[in-house]
Amino acid sequence: MPSKRTALLLAIILACLTVATALAFQASQIDSSHTITIDDLLKTLQSSKAEKPLLIHVGSHVLYSQAHIPDSEYIGPASDPAALHRLRTRVESLPRDKFIVLYCGCCPWTHCPNMKPADDLLHSMGFTKVKSLYIPNNFGTDWVEKGYPVAKGE
Amino acid sequence: MKTKRNLFLLIVLVLIATYAAHRYVTHNPIPSTAQLKPAPDFTLPQITGPPLKLSDYRGKIVLLDFWATWCEPCRAEIPHLVDLQNKYGTQGLQIIGVSMDDSPDPVPAFYKQFKMNYPVVMGNAQTGEQYGGVLGLPIAFLIDRQGQIRKKHIGATDAAVFEKEVTNLLAGK
Repeated sequence: MPSKRTALLLAIILACLTVATALAFQASQIDSSHTITIDDLLKTLQSSKAEKPLLIHVGSHVLYSQAHIPDSEYIGPASDPAALHRLRTRVESLPRDKFIVLYCGCCPWTHCPNMKPADDLLHSMGFTKVKSLYIPNNFGTDWVEKGYPVAKGE
Repeated sequence: MKTKRNLFLLIVLVLIATYAAHRYVTHNPIPSTAQLKPAPDFTLPQITGPPLKLSDYRGKIVLLDFWATWCEPCRAEIPHLVDLQNKYGTQGLQIIGVSMDDSPDPVPAFYKQFKMNYPVVMGNAQTGEQYGGVLGLPIAFLIDRQGQIRKKHIGATDAAVFEKEVTNLLAGK
């Protein structure tokens, strides 16, 4: 018969596995190797030596114009075929090893309709250094309210 | 036998702790009057009617919901808002939807599909900035009868939470 300690340990492990399983079903479909964290992006942007990415916003214009990452370009919501076409046109002539960061932040990462279409398109075009900025909640909560640099307007 | 009983008790304790944590997270007391701010007034084009002015609803409890047709959490939340409006509209609740879609084109069809029973206006960046920055959706504000913001919810909100806050405000709490 297992001891009390063993029973407690088993219960904790079971609880952790249950939570982990539940979380896994909520994970975005973008491969984690295609993502970059906010901390890592900020380090890159602040570094004098690191290669600076082409920042492309693939979400709503109403949200973009209120606040966006400085020097980022607006393409439009990538869930819209017209915006995907604009994205293709924008990057078509770029070298395929160009460092590009896509971002949105319209709503929680697991529900964003724009990131995966944009990520899929650029990878299908042969780009090898494309990263999707992992914004877990939304741009307001995870970037603006943390005091990170923002620009407004067009 | 004793080990099995202890394991059962442990599971029950975990469930109680989880429920208590859930209640703690979702139960947010409405701020005291000393902390209130007036809801910025606006006049915005309405999807199904003349332009809507927010201050015309002074005297009602207003749930101002910022949303968009492409926003999945918004789409899940809206049926609950429709239910709330049905249930408490005659008691003084008025839900107002502010679409943050870049274009009004998809909104009328959405309005019809979701059987929305409250006014929907087209918001813009200025509206968002008036409300402190609407930089993620959905965002909802509860406004009391005097036009003061009593609560702000960022992200999808449990229907029971909205209902509790609405009934409290309707009761004058």
